[in-house]
Parts: sequence; C-alpha cells; structure tokens
Amino acid sequence: MLRIPCPHCGARDEVEFTYRGDATVTRPAPDAGVDAFHDYLYLRRNPRGWQVEWWQHNGGCRAFLKVLRHTVTHEVRGVATATETLEVPEA
Amino acid sequence: MSQRFRLPSGGHVDRSQRLGFSFDGRRYEGHAGDTLASALLANGVRLVGRSFKYHRPRGIFSAGIEEPNALVELRDGARREPNTRATVAELFDGLSATSQNHRGSLGFDWMAVNGLLAPFIGAGFYYKTFMWPAAFWERVYEPMIRKAAGLGRASGLPDPDHYEAAHAHCDVLVVGAGAAGLAAARAAGAAGARVILAEQDFLLGGDLLNEAEHDAWRSETIAALEAMPEVTVMPRTMVFGAYDQGVLGAIERVADHLPEPPPHTPRQRYWTIRATAVVLATGAHERLIAFPGNDRPGVMLAGAARTYARRYGVRAGETAALFATHDAAYDAAFALAEAGTRIAAIIDPRTDSAAMQRAREAGLAVRAGSVVNGTVGGKALRGVEIGTVGSASRGDAVPADLLMISGGWNPAVHLASMSGAALRWDDALLAFVPEEREESAWQRSAGACRGVHGFGAAAADGAAAGRAAAVAAGFDAADIPLPDAPSADHRPYALWEVKGGGKAFVDIQDDVTADDIRLAHREGFSHIEHAKRYTTHAMGTDQGKVGGLVGAAVLAEARGEPVASVGLPRFRPYTAPIAWGAMAGGEVGRHFQPVRRTALHGVHDELGAVWMDAGIWKRPAYYPKAGDTDGWASVKREARAVRERVGVCDVSTLGKIVVEGPDAATFLDRVYANTFSTLAVGRARYGLMLREDGIVFDDGTTTRLGPDRFFVTTTTAQAGPVMQHLEFHLASAWPDLDVSLASVTDQWAAMSIAGPKARDVVAAVVHGLDVSSEAFPFMAVADCKVAGVPARLFRISFSGELAYEIATPAGYATHVWQAVMEAGVPYGIEPYGVEALGLLRIEKGHVAGSEINGQTTALDLGLGRMLKKKGEFIGRVLAQRPGLTDQSRPHLVGLRSVDPARQIRAGSHLLVDGQDCGWISSATQSVVDPGWIGLGLLRDGEARIGSRIIAANPLMGEEVPVTVTSPHGYDAENLRVRT
Repeated sequence: MLRIPCPHCGARDEVEFTYRGDATVTRPAPDAGVDAFHDYLYLRRNPRGWQVEWWQHNGGCRAFLKVLRHTVTHEVRGVATATETLEVPEA
Repeated sequence: MSQRFRLPSGGHVDRSQRLGFSFDGRRYEGHAGDTLASALLANGVRLVGRSFKYHRPRGIFSAGIEEPNALVELRDGARREPNTRATVAELFDGLSATSQNHRGSLGFDWMAVNGLLAPFIGAGFYYKTFMWPAAFWERVYEPMIRKAAGLGRASGLPDPDHYEAAHAHCDVLVVGAGAAGLAAARAAGAAGARVILAEQDFLLGGDLLNEAEHDAWRSETIAALEAMPEVTVMPRTMVFGAYDQGVLGAIERVADHLPEPPPHTPRQRYWTIRATAVVLATGAHERLIAFPGNDRPGVMLAGAARTYARRYGVRAGETAALFATHDAAYDAAFALAEAGTRIAAIIDPRTDSAAMQRAREAGLAVRAGSVVNGTVGGKALRGVEIGTVGSASRGDAVPADLLMISGGWNPAVHLASMSGAALRWDDALLAFVPEEREESAWQRSAGACRGVHGFGAAAADGAAAGRAAAVAAGFDAADIPLPDAPSADHRPYALWEVKGGGKAFVDIQDDVTADDIRLAHREGFSHIEHAKRYTTHAMGTDQGKVGGLVGAAVLAEARGEPVASVGLPRFRPYTAPIAWGAMAGGEVGRHFQPVRRTALHGVHDELGAVWMDAGIWKRPAYYPKAGDTDGWASVKREARAVRERVGVCDVSTLGKIVVEGPDAATFLDRVYANTFSTLAVGRARYGLMLREDGIVFDDGTTTRLGPDRFFVTTTTAQAGPVMQHLEFHLASAWPDLDVSLASVTDQWAAMSIAGPKARDVVAAVVHGLDVSSEAFPFMAVADCKVAGVPARLFRISFSGELAYEIATPAGYATHVWQAVMEAGVPYGIEPYGVEALGLLRIEKGHVAGSEINGQTTALDLGLGRMLKKKGEFIGRVLAQRPGLTDQSRPHLVGLRSVDPARQIRAGSHLLVDGQDCGWISSATQSVVDPGWIGLGLLRDGEARIGSRIIAANPLMGEEVPVTVTSPHGYDAENLRVRT
C-alpha cells in the first residue's frame, strides 16, 4: 500500500489514486505516423528501478500527477504536477 | 472428569475460575487463562483430530499459531468456525468444540483406510491417477476428491456477527510482545514516540510467561507501558502481513474469547496500521525432526510441552522422553521433571554438551549419540524406539506417552520477508534470518526472529531496535532498565531426518513425508516452489511453520546441495489464517457496494417499476400494469405507446460533462472523431469518440451552450472512463489548452419525451419557448422554464420518434416529471423503462454498449462517415491500421427471425453455409412489425442484406433461420424525428 504525497491534498493512501502507467511517453505529433503512435500506445520500458508514472488522484483533487516510484521497493521519492519534470535517479 | 494433569500451582491460569466446555460432546472443565488445547491436555485428552490425507490419529503438537494438528470446529450453528487452532482458542465458559476430518467417530475413522493405501497415494497421486478418461474429471473424480478432502465444515449459514475495518497511525509499530517486543515498545515510548504494540496472544510476555523468575520484569515493563499515554497496547491482535511503506495489516480478536460478542461490539477488527518505523519481534517457531512415526498423538514440540507445564500448569504426559539436537530444548525436560512427569530418556545425537551434563547431574537418563527412529502406539504414544546416529538398525524401546522433540528454532521471518528484507542463512542456528539492510532502516527485526535468543539478550536487542526506530521516526533515543539473564545455547546439531521404515513427516498437517519430497525431486520438481506445489508441503493452515525448513533440508540432501541454496518458498500474507468475515468487514449485504439512484427513483418506485442494475445505478426495466401477461407484454406496451402516442423515460443516468474555456472547441475536435468547432450555439450534435487504438470508445450528444461552453453527454456505463480520458489528455497531451472540465451528472435530472404526440405534451409544460418544428428544429437546444422551474430543452431522439429531452436541476425532477405526466394524460402518455428504450433503439438501428463493445471500429458500425477527413483526433492514426480497415471485418446488420415466433438471442453465432461469420449483439421483439429482430455483426454484412442465414446457439440447442436486413429498417429517411 503506497502513500503518495499529493502536492494539492497532502499524503494520501494509494486507494485514492488510479495508476495510469509510464509518464515519460509523450503523444506524438499528429503527422508522426502509425509507427510512432503504435510505440506511444504499446511500448513501455518496464524498468527494474525508478520510473516516473502517472497517478490520478481521483479520490481527491482529480489531478493527474507524476510520481517517481521504484518498481522493486515501491519507494515513492518524488511527486510533481503534470507540467513539471521529475529527474530519474541513476540507480 | 477432573483435570488430573493439572498442577496444583504455578503458571498464568486462574484456578479459582472454573470454565466448563465440551469437546466432541463430552463435558470438561478448565480455567481462565487456558487455551482449548491446554484445557484438553489438563483433562488427559490426547487424540484431537485426524490427518488430512491418511486420516491418521493426531494430537496437540504445539502451543501456538503454528499448530498443524489440533484443528477443531469451534462453536455451533451459524457461529461454527472450522479449522480453528485449539492452541490459540482462548477458553470461555460454555465453549463447544468438535474434532473434524473423520467419518464415523474420531476414535474409529472409516477414512483411515487411506493409510493402508498410502504406498499408492504419495505425492502427485491425484495428478497421475485421475487423468483418464478426461470427461470423468468434472463429473466423477473432482466431486469424489472434494468429498474426501478438506478439513472442517463451514456452517453454511449467514454469519451472525459483524466486523469492523479500522485504521491506525503511529510512529513505531512493535509486532510481538515477548522480551524483545516489550523492551522495544518501552524504549520507543520512552523516547516520546507514538507506539502501537501488537501481540497475537491474550497475555503479553511471549516466552517470558514460561519463566516465573523473570515475571517481575515483565509486570514492571507492562506497567510502565500502560503509564505511557502515547503507547497503545493491543493484545489478541495478530499482524498478518507487511506491505509497502510501513503499512501492516492486523486482526484484533475483539470478542473471540467470549461466548458471543456483546451488543454493538464487533467480533473482530481488521486494522490497517501505517507506521513510520516498525520493529518486528515475532519470535521463533520450533521445528520438528523427521523420523518414522513423528506424528503419533503424544509427540509434541519440546517448547510446547514446556509452555503447557510452566504457563498453563499442565503436564502433557505421565512419562516423557526428549529428542533434541540443542541445549535450549533441555529446559523442557527440566520443566516436566519439576512438574512431576517421569523423564524416561533424553535422546540427543550429540556426543556431549553442557545441558547434557546438567541433565545427568539432575539424575535424568541421557542417551548421547542417539536418535529416535520409531514410535510405538496407536491412537496414543506408548513408547519410543531409540537407535544410534548413523545406524539404520532399530534399537531398544522405552515406554513413554509423551515425546518432546526439537530440531532447533526457525526465526519467524514472515513479516520481515514480506516487507522486502532478504534472508540470510545462519550456519550456527541452521536457519534463515533477515538480512539487516540500510535502505530498510525504518524496519528492523529484534530478538528471536533474527536469531537472538534468550531473555536478557532479546530484551537488549529489542531495546536497541526500539531506540533506533524512535530515532528513525524523528525522536531522541532513550534508555530503559534491562534485565540480566543468561541465554541457553540454541545452536542445533544438523539433524533433519532420521531415516528408517515408516512415514517420517515433514508437513504433519498435509501428510507430506520426507519420501514425498524425494519423489518430487526424482520427478523433476526440484525447485522448492515446485516441490511445494507437487507435494502440498507447507501449504496448510500452518504454512510450514514447524516443518517447512525440514522439507527444504530433505530436498537439499536429495539435490546434493546445502539448505541455504534450496531456500524457502516465498512468504506471503497471511502469516496465519484469518476469518473471511474480517476481510469483508462491514461491506456485506446491501453495504457490499453503493447504490446510485436517480432523482426520480421515488417516482419509479410509486409506479411499481421492476428494477434493473446498470452498473451501480438502479434503473426501471419496465412498469408492469394490470393486464400485462408477462414482462414482455409490459415492454411492448410501453414501446407501442412511444411509436403510436407518447412516452416518457428517465435518462438521468447518462454522463454529463461541462467543457468550458477558450480552447473548449479545439479540445472537443481532438477528442471526438467528428467536428464540434463548427457547431452553432444552441445546437446539439451526435458525437463519436475513439480510443487511441482506433476502436470506438463512446458516443453521445454534445451541445454548444455558448462560444466557449459545451455540454457533453456520455453513455451511462462510460461516464467515469470518458471523464478520466478527457482529464488525462488535457494533463498529458495538451496541457497548453485552456479548458476546464466538470462532471454534472448528478446535478441534472433528465427525461426523454418521445412519440408522435411529444410536441403536444412539451408545448403544454414549457413556457417562454416556441417548440414548433420551424422555431425549434431537430437538434435545437434552449434554456426555458418547465412548469415554473428552470429547465433546458433538447430536441434529440434515441427512439427514432419525434422526441425532446427535458433536463432540470435534480431537485426539480419529480415536479417536472409529474407536470409532464399530467400534460400527457390527454395523449395517453406512458412511462417507459430501459427495456422499451432498448427495443426502440434496436428497431431504429442505433448502436449501444452491445455494439460499442471495445472491439468494433466506426467502419464496423457503419459510422465511418463520421470520421472527419481533416484535422487531428484521438484514434485517427491507429484506426488506419490494415487490421482495422479490412473490408472483411464483421459489419453492423439488422436481423429478423424468419419465423416471427422463433426467438433469437444476443450471443448467438451467425452461420453462413456452416461457417461462423459473426454474432448477434442485441435482440428484441419488434412492435412495428411483430416478430424477433436484432442487430449483429456479420462478415460482408452489407453484401448479405436480404439473404437468409442461421443464428446458432449451441448452449440453448437452437438453430434459427434469420434474414439479414439493413440495421436502419425503421424510418430510414429519419422523417419522424424531424417532423
């Protein structure tokens, strides 16, 4: 059970959030072609380690947040709003 | 029957309180402070159950949560709870328990014949035997096996008790209140931390309860904890799982020690505890030694026999033998000897040790270099066969009715492992202990659960862990008084198994023998996780607490590798069984999930609506009337009213989203496959939304209320997902767009008034608006007043008739509905439900959730013309993939049963010349042209219009000839909606 510090609402339990996957993929330009959209929709790195991912605080402010989470330890090290950038640590 | 094995004094039972109880119908007496197990032993009851597979007689084996044998059905009637461990069931006056897993009496079990068949029903027996013929599995083998297997019986009745879910927050959670846990809680509490101390037992102290000489420290520490306002002590609370970020789950047995819960008191409480730092002081479980006959009633863990003597004042036997591989176990022999039990022999594979010498000095017969290689007896132990280490030959036998065994201690690492600690093999203790790691500084183990044994050492270790936990939670370290006591030597001689004739069990509950483990290895199931599943080793309610590591050691020997590299199966919650009721908590019956009611719910209820569930919404399916012969008669009557006169339907459940902002039109153009920026203010348009992968996501009408303000409607089912989809794309793809979203589904009630007379009804209730077709054409929208209250009128239609939708703030819903119904009386208005709504839309050929099913494209549904040719929208690019534009994909068609009386069903397959070419998605009975009709998706559907094919439903044994039609069979020119 994660606890995610929402920048708007404070630390909240995982049950208030909905996971939405890798937040580092960006939607391609409209003319980028089928392959680019295919990669955007289907290809994920699935790292063993740190990952920036989307979590929507739909039991709270409903904001889509960027959360830096470790996929092995589940440690949450940073949370940012949708327009901010989170640096991914090396290890 | 008197308690003839009860000692006159000593221990933590209150001999002045006599508690009557029954076991298998016989009456006994015990004392306050007893468990069911200790009370049974006090009364000389040895045989308490039958084993899982071979139905061998079994006795009480342990004194704690690790009990594999003494599982009973506790209580009667609706409160009967199967597989309850007698060793942790607290005795109360009037307790009633029954032994389980036998046919006939416990003493004579017909199923014990399985024991004679044992050579044939080893590990994997079911997998190998019940293979053929395949059809026999479901009908013959599985019911037979299910009847023979299993342990206790569930009551089969609704649980009369209630349960609570609760949450707790603390700085330091201490799990376990033995010496280490008590010291940890006190040290953390002294530092000022908010502490929760959870102990599964009803008494605090753990192994201290067996050491009368240290009871002063125990009492003083408990008193100190009770004096600290920030320390919460929770007895009868078992922490069953460790999850991420300091979240642990626990069950508090609030009322299990009472005949039934007092009024307004839950039976159990399911705690979710969030702790900044955690100290695990969960102790250790003693492990068995595998030798032939090690399951006979009377064979017991040495520490358990010691606990029964010291804590409960009960001698577990008249004449005892001890078979142990380490010094610490000798205290069991001393305790029993003190209690007056004759010690027949101490059997120890080692040549010499300090404890052996002390035993000899105390006059106890020690057999060094010896092992137990057999037991004598039937339903009770009568003797122990003693051999020499390394020799297969049987030695002499000594009479004994109690054999105390100890192969060492396994630290209870379950919670540490679950919360991410790696396990390390300890060569001295011959056990796995948690690795201390820097990144898990918030969580540490203390005392016996990390291999630190002995009261003084464990208390010191616990105090250090409690201090460190308080520091980790932001407090300053504090010191507490610590006891001084020597530690017994817990380092065992490496003896896992004594080989010989007869069954040597490694898992007593699941009847897994050392031979079964070797068989698993020979047959290729050599990984510990595979061996576990192949043999069921460590899969019982005890989860291998007493024999798990022994099985791993047998496997290690078979593999020719050290135990450390074989390892243990992964630890998962729950560390011990918990009740389903506790997990369900209060969310049972009508509290299982919330119910959503529209603002018109009471109106439908008064009209006698038959309800149907649409997600968690309650919607009227239809409104039965006198004279309706069945549900279909009601549905068709309602639909005919709409086609011929006028009907009114509650459509409040549709999702409603206000999209507002300077970029609202641009945003809608991107999320819908068609265009909204060209929509005039005061007009509505049907919209089609795709997923990014090109599949149709949702549809609905969107209205432009102002230049920068739109009102979007979604289907009932997709209201939430569409909102989320819009929010996600605004946040992730187009944060530059200045758009706000607000869900207003619950703010507006909406009703559709449909039928040739709809305008007459609407004109009668609407003020300040000309509703003539010229002034208010199809797809017009305007604010107005209805029956004196604010409303918004839409001219939109789902039924294919002239129709209006009135939306009004939810509080006015009933008022508006009644005004409409009154105005409709001269025109024969009828309310219609979701079934009639479905009938009408199928007749008209409108798609709904059965067609927009997550597999279909706009082209499949005949909506390809809606995809805008220019401009970006979600799903545009990937919808162009060849697989989604393939002309041979199933296409929307209408269907009509050739024989009007023969029913067609949604889900039936459409066969063309015997080939499966599609399916029926929706089916109903037409009121325009009576007979069964439907919509379906059919390969080359458009080309087959007019042809006759088969709707096959093998489940119902039906093959119905159907004619393929256009889906738009009713008013194809759409004249009726535009009049």
